[in-house]
Amino acid sequence: MTEILHIDWTRCDGRGLCTELLPTVLVRDDWGYPLALQATNGNRSNPAISPGNIEAAREAVHLCPKLALSLVPEQAKPRQ
Amino acid sequence: MDNALWAFGRMSGVVSLVLFSVAVILGILNRSGRPLFAIPRFSMTLLHRNVSLLATVFLVFHIVALMLDSYAKLNVIDVFVPFLGGFKPFWQGLGTVAFDLVLAVVATGLLRHRLGQRSFRAIHWLSYAMWPIALGHAIGNGTDGTSKWFVVLAAGSLAAVGAAVAWRLSANFLETAKARQGGLS
Repeated sequence: MTEILHIDWTRCDGRGLCTELLPTVLVRDDWGYPLALQATNGNRSNPAISPGNIEAAREAVHLCPKLALSLVPEQAKPRQ
Repeated sequence: MDNALWAFGRMSGVVSLVLFSVAVILGILNRSGRPLFAIPRFSMTLLHRNVSLLATVFLVFHIVALMLDSYAKLNVIDVFVPFLGGFKPFWQGLGTVAFDLVLAVVATGLLRHRLGQRSFRAIHWLSYAMWPIALGHAIGNGTDGTSKWFVVLAAGSLAAVGAAVAWRLSANFLETAKARQGGLS
């Protein structure tokens, strides 16, 4: 089951930990905020996480200094 | 054995203070969002956490050694309730206050995901109070508190932490400060 990395924009402060842990999934914009490298269904806020990246994604959720990240199952569409 | 406990009790306090200084500086460095040299940001976060926990372990050593020591005879109440000690109650009490603050900061740090960001952050800020209180305890209560080597160490720590705090308060503290002030070119 694919999981989606949901970024809560009301919390995110662009500290850059997640973009370091998931270099193949996220890039930083000019202000430091994360953005999905590839859009999923035209959406660059909620990247799908492949099995190879799931461990790094869990670390990112755990270490995010603003508690802005969560992993959600793909079926349950995250609110944007 | 008694001399060993006494010596260990004193030195573990010094080690703990030095580690807490490093922990505070690492915390400020983390907050800036910058990686340090080649150390990535997520490693800095883990380093901050682990140095803080190590400092806490040495703090527990410090307290337990002085509870077992027949000269210091620290009792359980003095460990948690400040300003009741028999010897230099004010300066010992500062140590107790610092320990209580450390317990609060560590517990909320470990439970961050359950508590939520707001409570975690409010309690975590107590670190800025904890550090100078601990330094005051070391100078005022420590047997070596006013000896030359310790005064030099304390002054060096104060300068390092003070510089970090001054940097923390400066306008370009955040890695992204320039961009977010509209400084993109």
